[in-house]
Amino acid sequence: MSFDKKDLISINDLTRSDIYRFIETAKEFKKISLKDIKKVPTLRGKTVVNLFYEPSTRTKASFEIAQKRLSADSLNVSISQSSVVKGESLKDTILNLESMKPDAFVIRHQESGASYFVSKITKASTINAGDGINEHPTQCLSDIMTIMEEKKDIASLKVAIIGDIYHSRVARSDIYGLSKLGAEIYLYGPYSLLPRSLDTQNVRIAGNMEEAVKNADVIIMLRIQRERASYYFIPSIEEYRNFFRLTRGLLSLASKNVIVLHPGPVNRDVEIAGSIIDENRTRILKQVENGVAVRMACLYILLGVQKN
Amino acid sequence: MQRIIVKNGIVVDPLTKTETKRDIYIENGVIKDFSGKKTIKDVKILDAKGLAVLPGLIDMHVHLREPGFEYKENIKSGMEAAIAGGFTSICCMPNTNPPNDSKSVNSFLLSKASSFNLINLFTVGAISKGLNGASLANIGELKESGAVAISDDGNPVDDSSLMARALLYAKTFGLPVISHSEDIRLRGKGVMNEGVVSQRLGVAGIPSIVEEIAVARDIMLARYYNARLHIAHVSTKGSVNIIRQAKKEGAGITCETCPHYFTMTEDSLLNYNTNAKMNPPLRTKEDIIAVKEALSDGTIDVIASDHAPHAEDEKDTTLDDAPFGIIGLQTSLPLTLRLYNEKKLALTDIARLMSLNPANILNLGDRGVIKNGFAGDITIVDINKKWVFTKDTIKSLSKNSPFINMDFVGLPLYVIVNANLIKAN
Repeated sequence: MSFDKKDLISINDLTRSDIYRFIETAKEFKKISLKDIKKVPTLRGKTVVNLFYEPSTRTKASFEIAQKRLSADSLNVSISQSSVVKGESLKDTILNLESMKPDAFVIRHQESGASYFVSKITKASTINAGDGINEHPTQCLSDIMTIMEEKKDIASLKVAIIGDIYHSRVARSDIYGLSKLGAEIYLYGPYSLLPRSLDTQNVRIAGNMEEAVKNADVIIMLRIQRERASYYFIPSIEEYRNFFRLTRGLLSLASKNVIVLHPGPVNRDVEIAGSIIDENRTRILKQVENGVAVRMACLYILLGVQKN
Repeated sequence: MQRIIVKNGIVVDPLTKTETKRDIYIENGVIKDFSGKKTIKDVKILDAKGLAVLPGLIDMHVHLREPGFEYKENIKSGMEAAIAGGFTSICCMPNTNPPNDSKSVNSFLLSKASSFNLINLFTVGAISKGLNGASLANIGELKESGAVAISDDGNPVDDSSLMARALLYAKTFGLPVISHSEDIRLRGKGVMNEGVVSQRLGVAGIPSIVEEIAVARDIMLARYYNARLHIAHVSTKGSVNIIRQAKKEGAGITCETCPHYFTMTEDSLLNYNTNAKMNPPLRTKEDIIAVKEALSDGTIDVIASDHAPHAEDEKDTTLDDAPFGIIGLQTSLPLTLRLYNEKKLALTDIARLMSLNPANILNLGDRGVIKNGFAGDITIVDINKKWVFTKDTIKSLSKNSPFINMDFVGLPLYVIVNANLIKAN
């Protein structure tokens, strides 16, 4: 069973068995991060260009560390000091970097579809590190890996995804990925921040916070951005906190062994009570830890395996 | 324990569409089944022989002017006018100063109203902060503190994007959005219906399409987002047609009209009568016919007064300068009874339009029907009583009515609400 696609743009690029293969591979790579010498020569001689058009702490660090642990040569193009500020287009930026013969682009961009656009104009592998409000497939994989470490069968799980679903690339990828694996997904948030059309199986919109959380095995909380209030999506952060925050009381309605995920960065006491984080009810740091392993697996599968 | 029996009245039931002579029993403010044979002690008995007994009337569109404009009206005077009009519940719009866009104003209104122990007050919260159409009010907070709907009434929500998100956000909390549908830029400086009369008077007109464009937009938004919309004060034939068509196609929208829109035309302004100036404006004969038709065929769901008090001094000026609005609490039922006398509406229709439908649209609990376990809100009407609406009979602090000195047939005599039997007239 081989993976013969050049790119990872959407979680929908992966079949069920592809997803499991990525996770199995990530599990192996996770061991490397736990060793004293955290480096293998797997991608020696490969060049990866990291292009982050948007600020990022976790994803950017995670990809860089993954590359270093696999011995790839990484190049971080700092967008604010690049010719992008002189007005160079995305297309020209890629074509110019392409002539330096990189093996892969890792791209984070504020516009949906940017990674897809890049993948079409380069021979190098393209990994989507988040495009606009569209997708964030490697975050989805690290979420799935984090869930699978504690839960046996994803198909038997109730997963609640709560918050600004509409603008969340993590939610989009998680919905596609987790429903593909058979989880029952409940979405909740203000209707102004929920998707309008859902054609994904096993996904429904909960009538209220209680219904979303009740008996949930996994709760994925999403970050609410402050600027949403200025575009009429919500009245105010204060009101969001009052009606859409995960509290300890709500959490007690969930399954006994519930785990809480959040892709970060967290607004403490806005979308989630700080105490839930402090009491180790969340797996936020596990998600980050697994993020490195998942990104190593992605790079390995896309670049390391001999392809025709 | 407070017990009231209303004997020998004609009980009007909008659900079964029947008028039945029977007695009703109210215990501690709740309607209870009882057998006439059993004797009940310590009971107040009201003989309603020859009178119509309706489920307590609800006026879902009232401006009480408190806080901020207490010289025009206050909560107490508004409630007293409502009692004289036969209402057991009223809903107040948020365009006060400060506007009802927060928990503090909303709680103030509700607690002040309940301190009088008169009728029920329900509150409509603001759609936008400060009613300024720029950002959503804290709608969840308004609902949590008791608001039954949201509206920027008095102002339309001009920005379609804000209206869309208001509908969506309110849907999260199960709140209906009441729209004041008006294309404000097209209205411009208009003061009355645009037509032959505005032409003759030489004043700027308000075209009927000012309302119709906005009604169409709001219906489209509500249908697209599958949200609850109630259209306030429908006044034109065009609006009626748009709403009828949308309902035929399955839209879950509701709407109201006001008694003046099926009673008077733009001709009432011929002498620059500022007491006939309101927004939307009085229209034409054709519009009256359309509104009446829509009331009988169910296109229009509710009759509400849009009671809008303004001080006499404010109306004692030119048509251009006078504020929009007329009082209506005391004339709403009597004007509607004219349609009964014209055989356009049955009493059961009136109970539906003025009690059952508003109760359902606003989720006002067990109200709108006289039924075991429901709130003991009752309006008792002498439908044959001839009387004249004089300025002296006005309970409201403001007297801005075009119906002063008009002859009426039909007057509410009592209301029962919150376990109290109150004389209305």
